[in-house]
Amino acid sequence: MEKLIILIVLVTGVIALAQLVRVYELSSKLKDRGEHDITDRDNHLNAKLMLGFMAFQFLGFIYLMLKYGWTGRGEAASLQGIETDWLLNLNFIIVIIVFFITNFLLFFFSYKYVRKPGIKATYYSHNNKLEAIWTIVPAIVLAVIIILGLRSWNSITSGPTKESVRIELFAKQFDWTARYSGENNKLGKYDYKLTNEGDNPLALMTTKSIESARVETEKAIKSLEDELKLVQLDHLASGYMNLISSSVYKEQIEAEYNSALEKEYNLIEVEEAFKHKYADAKDLKGHVDVVIEEPNAETQKIMDRLEDKLIVKGRILRSIAQMQQSYDSKYDLYAWDDIIQTDTLYLAKGTEYEMSFRSKDVIHSAYFPHFRAQMNVVPGMPTRFKFTPSLTTKEMQKKKADSKFNFVLMCNKICGTAHYKMKMIVVVLTPAEFKEWEKTKKEKTFKDTYAAGETEEPANSETNI
Amino acid sequence: MSTVAHENNHHDDHHHEESFVSKYIFSQDHKMIGKQFLMTAVFMGVVAMMLSIFFRIQLAWPGEESTFLNTFLGDNWAPGGIMKENMYLGLVTIHGTIMVFFLLTGGLSGTFSNLLIPLQLGARDMASGFLNMLSYWFFFISTILMFASLFVYDGGVFGIQFGDAAAPLAEHTAWDGSGPAMSGWTIYPPLSGLPNAEQGSGLGMTLWLFSMGIFIASSLLGSLNYIVTVINLRTKGMKMTRMPLTIWAFFVTAILGVLSFPVLFSAVLLLIMDRMAGTSFYLSDIIVQGEMLANHGGSPLLYQHLFWFLGHPEVYIVLLPALGLSSEIIATNSRKPIFGYKAMIGSILAIGFLSFIVWGHHMFVTGMNPFLGSVFVFTTLLIAIPSAVKVFNYLTTLWKGSLVLTPAMMFAIGLVSTFITGGVTGIILADSALDIAIHDTYFVVAHFHIVMGMSAVFGMFGGVYHWFPKMFGRMMNTRLGYVHFWITIIGAYGVFFPMHFVGLAGAPRRYYDYTVYQEFDQGTYDMIMDLNVIVTFFAIFAAVGQILFLFNFFYSIFRGPKAPQNPWRSNTLEWTTPVEHVHGNWPGDLPTVHRWPYDYSKPGAEEDFIPQTVPLAEGEEEH
Repeated sequence: MEKLIILIVLVTGVIALAQLVRVYELSSKLKDRGEHDITDRDNHLNAKLMLGFMAFQFLGFIYLMLKYGWTGRGEAASLQGIETDWLLNLNFIIVIIVFFITNFLLFFFSYKYVRKPGIKATYYSHNNKLEAIWTIVPAIVLAVIIILGLRSWNSITSGPTKESVRIELFAKQFDWTARYSGENNKLGKYDYKLTNEGDNPLALMTTKSIESARVETEKAIKSLEDELKLVQLDHLASGYMNLISSSVYKEQIEAEYNSALEKEYNLIEVEEAFKHKYADAKDLKGHVDVVIEEPNAETQKIMDRLEDKLIVKGRILRSIAQMQQSYDSKYDLYAWDDIIQTDTLYLAKGTEYEMSFRSKDVIHSAYFPHFRAQMNVVPGMPTRFKFTPSLTTKEMQKKKADSKFNFVLMCNKICGTAHYKMKMIVVVLTPAEFKEWEKTKKEKTFKDTYAAGETEEPANSETNI
Repeated sequence: MSTVAHENNHHDDHHHEESFVSKYIFSQDHKMIGKQFLMTAVFMGVVAMMLSIFFRIQLAWPGEESTFLNTFLGDNWAPGGIMKENMYLGLVTIHGTIMVFFLLTGGLSGTFSNLLIPLQLGARDMASGFLNMLSYWFFFISTILMFASLFVYDGGVFGIQFGDAAAPLAEHTAWDGSGPAMSGWTIYPPLSGLPNAEQGSGLGMTLWLFSMGIFIASSLLGSLNYIVTVINLRTKGMKMTRMPLTIWAFFVTAILGVLSFPVLFSAVLLLIMDRMAGTSFYLSDIIVQGEMLANHGGSPLLYQHLFWFLGHPEVYIVLLPALGLSSEIIATNSRKPIFGYKAMIGSILAIGFLSFIVWGHHMFVTGMNPFLGSVFVFTTLLIAIPSAVKVFNYLTTLWKGSLVLTPAMMFAIGLVSTFITGGVTGIILADSALDIAIHDTYFVVAHFHIVMGMSAVFGMFGGVYHWFPKMFGRMMNTRLGYVHFWITIIGAYGVFFPMHFVGLAGAPRRYYDYTVYQEFDQGTYDMIMDLNVIVTFFAIFAAVGQILFLFNFFYSIFRGPKAPQNPWRSNTLEWTTPVEHVHGNWPGDLPTVHRWPYDYSKPGAEEDFIPQTVPLAEGEEEH
């Protein structure tokens, strides 16, 4: 309601203003002044307003800076962030100086050199010296900015060291999963084709998970084939049903249909049987050719979709088979000790983290505003980034005087409807506290969780192998 | 085509209905085509501005019921007055697309290149009037498609059913879906490439892509025409170094368009193939909505490279015409030659060239090789040099001038201010190490809205106020123009200046709602929300102010005072044509040019301007 009132006030205000301006126009018509003749009064008023606007612009800027404390971004909580914040502040100082000087000159000149009777503009078309100066000076300043910037960039984007602790962040619509590399500090291999929402949502690669994915895919293909056959059989049966009027034959076809279902949809056999029946039926109705109508649009759509799915699954099965051949089981160890963490990301202060990023579906971006760290998460293309937390959550809470404050990992690349909710709380502990936390995870490695999944359905997996 | 023609009458040239017999609609006259572009752009600009008001309301007062939103978005998209998350993304996407392509590319370059290139060069018309007409009509069709995509609902649009209304998201095809494209105006795949990745990636995205394909065709036809005209149809004496800076800007803009738009076309085409023909150009290793895809080997980064190969020159396709217009306006109304004419040409050329080798600065955090990133840092920061030269030259042009503050002049001064303010933050964003923390935050939104959006809009407004007498033979109301200017510039700064702080605080862009911040950082949440409310107030203020412009514009077309021959006492050739438009521009012979266009307040001359057609006096030196 408030908003509506504000809007109405604004609208009426503008309308009133417009009316006022029309009156002015009428009066200028009386004075025989053309619209293109700018009166000195208008000219000077607007020139003064230029200065007024400059004040609005500058004071607004200063007010915002004072209110939010310089840039309003708070302290950086990583070593890399401290470095880039220093650089950002330096750059800010440079650009703010340029901003103030040039805007001042612009509005001041607009005020000062407004048309005055008797004073002609100075014909001044170029000055090579002056132009050289304002080409070279910015060039030098920019050179400094480039050199300092690239120095930081190179150190931030340089590769991991032996001590760097490896963590993988896995993104999907619309949440994050972290994977710690475990005791050996080696992340297990993965392949999206091994994804199993039950026991292997991160698609980690081990001898077992490859085998189980192969089996699962074969099962899926089988069930798709069955589904497709069923649709085709239904279509065939209903086609024959429509051709035959006698209820005796209908019953026989129904019986054939049911036995076909039992015989795992052997279509050829069924069709032969149908045709056989139909040969008798033909005499009754006098048909010569067997013509089954084309499936209707809806059936065709279902069949096409199933066929497409079969093609996709077939391709996936082939590449899983290739994977199985080339896989070396020594990599199992990399994966087995990984620890998967879905709610909170725990980090230790002072440890350099080598983060690798992986997406399941679309592009996401892993954005840690407080660590000044960000990297896109791109499907099909692993990305990486490293940073070293320099403040624990508790230290930051004290600095912010907010006991509920937490670091956060947000998604910063539009990824769909719930993009804005896609986040993960990050907790930075002291190294000692972190060790304690690690201990609680000892029994919750990938091997443990995977095995737990296995024991639930042991019968299934055995029979299928 | 007759239905399209009717649509045009209805939407854009409503006020011309009686005089618009069909031959005027399919006009091949460059002045009329320029006006057609302007009308369509004004319509699209109003639409895009309305969209921005809708999502600003959502950002400032999330979760509050608003009858305003319900009135405009209806029960599908704002049930009970609360905007749906999907629609928020749709509004943001279409707002960006319309503003960048339809208002500031089609509208700005289309209007003024068409109007001014032949007039300022002394040509009877464009090199090919027919292609020029096609250029407008392709633009118009793409406008209709893009506008229609706003009304997509359940696999249909305007009651025409394309897809399956009941299809569940997991089984969407390129023809299903609800709502316009929702992946941001850059439409990065796989989000845009997979119809089942979100609601807007179905029919809405299909329409977006087709619209963009047709738009590119329009842009290419226009640009080729501009280039050929500038090279071949200059009148006698109009050397390249005597061309007004407007023409130089349009010329380089057209070259940028011809070289970069085809690359966007290929990006769009490959995306259409990925969506409809099962190819894997941009897709690899994906499981979406529980469905495992077999696509392998494509790269989403390929799309980004192709997109930004256009996308960055696009910034200058938008900006250069505005800078060209303002150069002309500032020189005329300072009653002084533009300072450093040749340096201005040089910087336009340098900006044009550099704009092709900087696109990677949009991709610093995409996982692109960091070394490649550092190359782009270098080339990007180089652009600051010619830009700085332009700013200093503008300042020196004002210095010791005799300024006539017409509304056009004020908008041109406003442009210089926004060009500075937005330009300096570009230096920070171009620095890859700094970009890491502010990439895709509101800092970026603030930066490009000021430097590209506002500057180009100011240039466009300046152009309309300055050349309105040439377009319609009448004058716009000056005082309304002043009020419009002050509302617009205060609004522009009020909207985009605080946004820098929102971004520095770490607020990501394209977020429907920031209440999620309350869970972990109350202080930052309070700051973001305070500023969001301020920004929205200014946005509404600025939007309402545009009513003044619309009123002034349409009123003056019919009721404005008749324009004199040369209202601004300007030197360029367009003011030697009769006020009433004639086909072929000059009733008699084409004018002959004897001097550059900036002989204002030249010592020794009686008047403070000497039109280009006046021969050099005895012993007079050319600038």
